[in-house]
Amino acid sequence: MSAMTSAKETADAAPRVRRRRGAHPLARFLFRRILTAVLLAWGITLVTFVLTNLVPGDPVTANLGQRALGDPAIVAQWRAEHGLDKPLWEQYALHLGGLVQGDFGVSQQSHRPVAEDLAQFVPATLELAGAAIAVSLVLGVAFGVVAALRRDRLPDHVLRVLSLIGISVPTFWLALVAFYVFFYRLQITPGSGRVDPAIGEAPAVTGLQTVDALIAGRWDVFVSAVGHLITPALVLALYTIGLLTRFTRSAVLEVLGQDYVRAARAKGLPGRVILFRYVLRSALVPVITVAGLAFGSLLSGTVLVEAIFAWPGIGQYAYKSATTLDLPAVMGVGLVVGVVYLVINLIVDVLYGVIDPRVRLQ
Amino acid sequence: MTLDITDLKVTIGGREILRGVDLSLQEGRVHGLAGESGSGKTMTGLAVLGLLPHGARATGRIALGERDLLTLPPRELNKVRGGEVAMVFQDPATSLHPMLSVGRQLTEHMRHHLRLDRREARARAVELLGKVRIPGAEEAYGRFPHQFSGGMRQRIAIAIALACSPRVLIADEPTTALDVTVQAGVLRLLRGLCDELGLAVLLVTHDLGVMSAIADEVSVMKDGLVVETGPRGKVLREPSHAYTRSLLDSLPGETA
Repeated sequence: MSAMTSAKETADAAPRVRRRRGAHPLARFLFRRILTAVLLAWGITLVTFVLTNLVPGDPVTANLGQRALGDPAIVAQWRAEHGLDKPLWEQYALHLGGLVQGDFGVSQQSHRPVAEDLAQFVPATLELAGAAIAVSLVLGVAFGVVAALRRDRLPDHVLRVLSLIGISVPTFWLALVAFYVFFYRLQITPGSGRVDPAIGEAPAVTGLQTVDALIAGRWDVFVSAVGHLITPALVLALYTIGLLTRFTRSAVLEVLGQDYVRAARAKGLPGRVILFRYVLRSALVPVITVAGLAFGSLLSGTVLVEAIFAWPGIGQYAYKSATTLDLPAVMGVGLVVGVVYLVINLIVDVLYGVIDPRVRLQ
Repeated sequence: MTLDITDLKVTIGGREILRGVDLSLQEGRVHGLAGESGSGKTMTGLAVLGLLPHGARATGRIALGERDLLTLPPRELNKVRGGEVAMVFQDPATSLHPMLSVGRQLTEHMRHHLRLDRREARARAVELLGKVRIPGAEEAYGRFPHQFSGGMRQRIAIAIALACSPRVLIADEPTTALDVTVQAGVLRLLRGLCDELGLAVLLVTHDLGVMSAIADEVSVMKDGLVVETGPRGKVLREPSHAYTRSLLDSLPGETA
């Protein structure tokens, strides 16, 4: 019996880890994910191109007047001008070749390069959505942790009702009400737009008003920009805050019941170490998954919020180009939105790897 | 230092889980605590470290030297936990944090309780891994629990428990989740450490085979009470309580 046992123990003793080769495992993990992301980005160009061209609508009829449409020569010339007379695969090849060089084509509406339009509108949306994401992450996780630690007591009940409200209230309604109450009635928030017109914008460097103001050292612009950002960002974030509060609460409660948390208590570690190192680390995995998905829907929410707060972002631009069948612009917007989704997912994947060694050592 | 439990009662939601448990642990001795599931063995172990589930109320006295662990202020109790009384749990697959490296889990409480710096803690951790016979201790230090087998994980859990040189070790079914073939190795290790370090060990188990292998004293629990206690040879050979006899009779292939 004892001979058998020791034989088994020796076999047991052989480490089961695979040999690492070369680079740090996290670096290799990152490299793999980024490679996949590049492939996916190419896929997005294909999908946006095909979908845009499948739309049952002719950009010619959308862009030329009645009179011009009656003249086949003008129609043919317009088509040739915009490259619509070439076969579809050739159009795609040209489109892709342009994209690689940063050429998104020329908007049929604004008669400006789409790249210029995007450079003007995308940063505004990124600033709004980024602020909303940051706010919802911080508040959602904090509320969720508090609710879990004060389970079935007053803070938990209050937060549960609040998060339910956050999830249930439609964004466009909330945007209107917030605008009416805080700007029109109470007059504690500035009105629409990104910055007070009387102050004027800071010279564009990044396109993010708050950052540009800091770069230019214009404190007044910065304060005004933050003031303009608060209400739309909070309105946009509310749904995600509610969602993350609920998910964080249940994730933390589940982890609190795990053996390893009890084992950490048995080691006599201080409460905050147990909370941050043991509980939050595990609880964040499902929260990150939900957050990644929620930020996708947050982006679509910007269209409504931008409309109500007159925020000059990509949502308004997308709406205008879609209704006028401005194909280069629509493809440009589609590509940008697709890449933003891609980046969010890439960040989520990388975070999995950072948090959980089992993911990066696979 | 010894650990004396007298008249320990635990109620959860009005239900009596422990109804007056008396136990005494001595230095350098392994005290086996046997009994069927639900008899209160695990609760007794958890009560010592104040790790009872939410809503549980404990009365009686758990004396560690001069101090009563049941009335110790939380800050003082946290010093005892891991520092003077350590615990090894049943399933090493769930009692080690899957996302923290073995080294991290071995050193964090050392640095907290013993105020060691990073290098001292690391040196001691590697030494401990060697002591519980983890091969390649230096390399194992940077690895994660999922890279080890069940038996190795339990050895690591034991190393973690021993890190701050506790006087008392509570081992809650430490071999139940393990392959039969590695059980003996872990038990030998526990026994050896008990003798070498002069630990007082409370070995909670439902397995009388495990008990007879390493325990010096044996107590048998039923329905929240200790029904029989005494030296191993006496309790297992000439049980005085009917319940102990029925436990012994239920062992397969055991002939009197």
